[in-house]
Amino acid sequence: MNKVKIHVSNVGKSYYKFRSEFHRFLSWFGVKCSSTEQTDVLRNINFSVREGEAVALVGENGAGKSTLLKMITGTVQSSYGAIAVTGRVSALLELGLGLNPEMTGRHNVYLMAGVMGYKEQEIGQLVDGIFNFSELGDYFDQPVRTYSSGMQMRLAFSVATAERPDVLIIDEALSVGDTYFQHKSFNRIKAFREQGTTLLFVSHDRGAVQTLCDRAILLEKGAVIKDGKPEEVMDFYNALIAEKENNATIKQDKLADGRVKTISGTGEASVVDVAILDNKGQRLEFVDVGQPVTLALEVEVYRFIPCLVLGYGIRDRLGQVIYGTNTYLKKQPLENVEAGARVRYEFDFSANLGPGSYSLQTALVSNDTHLENNYEWRDLALIFNVVNINKPHFDGCSWIDPTIRINQL
Amino acid sequence: MLLMVKGAWNYKHFVYSSIKSEINGRFSRSRLGGAWLILHPLAQALVLAFVLSKLLGARLSGIESDYAYAVYLLSGLLGWNVFAETTGNTIAMFRDRANLLKKISFPRVCIPLIVFGTSLVNHLILLVITLGIVWGLGIAPAESLLVIPLLILVNMGLAMGLGLVLSVFEVFVRDVGHFWQIIIQFWFWLTPIVYVADTLPQPVQTVLSYNPMYWVTNGYQQAIAYGSFPDLQPFAVVAASAAVLLGLGFFLFMRASSDIVDAL
Repeated sequence: MNKVKIHVSNVGKSYYKFRSEFHRFLSWFGVKCSSTEQTDVLRNINFSVREGEAVALVGENGAGKSTLLKMITGTVQSSYGAIAVTGRVSALLELGLGLNPEMTGRHNVYLMAGVMGYKEQEIGQLVDGIFNFSELGDYFDQPVRTYSSGMQMRLAFSVATAERPDVLIIDEALSVGDTYFQHKSFNRIKAFREQGTTLLFVSHDRGAVQTLCDRAILLEKGAVIKDGKPEEVMDFYNALIAEKENNATIKQDKLADGRVKTISGTGEASVVDVAILDNKGQRLEFVDVGQPVTLALEVEVYRFIPCLVLGYGIRDRLGQVIYGTNTYLKKQPLENVEAGARVRYEFDFSANLGPGSYSLQTALVSNDTHLENNYEWRDLALIFNVVNINKPHFDGCSWIDPTIRINQL
Repeated sequence: MLLMVKGAWNYKHFVYSSIKSEINGRFSRSRLGGAWLILHPLAQALVLAFVLSKLLGARLSGIESDYAYAVYLLSGLLGWNVFAETTGNTIAMFRDRANLLKKISFPRVCIPLIVFGTSLVNHLILLVITLGIVWGLGIAPAESLLVIPLLILVNMGLAMGLGLVLSVFEVFVRDVGHFWQIIIQFWFWLTPIVYVADTLPQPVQTVLSYNPMYWVTNGYQQAIAYGSFPDLQPFAVVAASAAVLLGLGFFLFMRASSDIVDAL
């Protein structure tokens, strides 16, 4: 097992409000003053992260993610519990990193690297690499006040990752940059991870979480409510958001392969059968690339529903949706469905997918999104495999077969 | 405590480069740049001399020069301006660095060190400028200047001590900084800088002797304008109170440092 790099044991953070600030001042001198109000931002947090592991902290705004990162970084002190971090830590908390707007980018590199503990000649050796990675060009020697927020992020990220840290902590900062730089940053982070860097980051971007991380921790109202595989945690988080809107319940079951199936919703209707059928109506577990198939879903309705929409999404191994649609988008919603009704849906399409394992998610809703009325949301409703039986070998998750014309001129 | 010293030592480059950029940053985007350093005290002295020279008479007993009052004014202002600026900067030091404190983990003790370093450099620059002007006006103090390092030490110590105590409170109660702006106005006129203490009635002089800044500015005036050594005995009391304030300041700073980040 790899060494533990970040160990958080029974950590909590509370903010205190005193009757007046004067009581706070007295408390520094050891005078016992009971604070009138105590706000617990984080409660009894326990987890540890090992060398080379990448962990995402997810949760709604105000769940305590940033506070937790700040405590691990060391800018904010915990109210109780112990945090141990080993190795060199590089942290990118929020945007700006305390850039001085009047100074040039180059000068700020010296200031930032200095505050990270580098010596002047060390920075001198790093500055070219930072210049190249940030790709700021002439702007590098312009005052930072002329930078866009994306450019500031480029500079800050380039400095924070100028050398491979043992622990890299990133707080949402990456979402500011353009797609090109995001990819570049992800590649650098991936390369660091392969060399053993531990990554801890906050993101709302499901794609980033599932591609970069091998674990996710869900914070809700200051407590860890889920710690596990990114797919499982993100499904739960997704269901949690829907639950807030609809007052529904969430159920998670472990599948045989260790993945976790999440079912949530208010329960007016339910998908009772899911199958992929070939053109003879046989259930398929293995689908050939490009094979015409029928996705058959049976829905039971338990209570009267004014407007019923069925949606589904095909997700790849990492849980990214690669195709999704619903009967609202296809303009075939069912209206005024009586209690006790049983509806069979059939979707015909060609499985133009690359070889690999795929899962299916289903949603029973009342319109386009699952936020307004979520009757049932089912992740990993079905798992199927696509195999390449008779097509030439190809890469990727889509089957986009070209006809090739070559003319020698 | 030892940990604090060690932390600061590891970050000495950061402290050094921050001081450098603070000083450079004051004049970025200004055409005259460093010349403002000379123009500020000069303009202040000029205004005060113009307004008050007729009242006080151009001659001061003990200085043989036509510019006696101007020199008296400049040397007192040197001591006072450094004090006022240092306290002001120190009080604002945590408040103004909220971003840095919240986002980056580094030894917190670097911040007072940066403020101290910046103020010290400013003081030395002002000192050289003042001595240059004084010399240009025909007064050349010599061996009495030896006391200047001691004056600097006590003046800065008092300013930093007061500033440090107030800077911690300022984070939680922002009125402190505004209130200090007013205090410093009154304090300026309660200190013999534009007037001479000897011309005041005896009871008032006794009251004045409880003003620590009286002894500090008096030191500067003695050393630069009069070319004589100041009375060191009351000075020792000022130095002791500066030390007490510094101690209290650091105690508060250590006690409150986690609260500070939470409140910023």
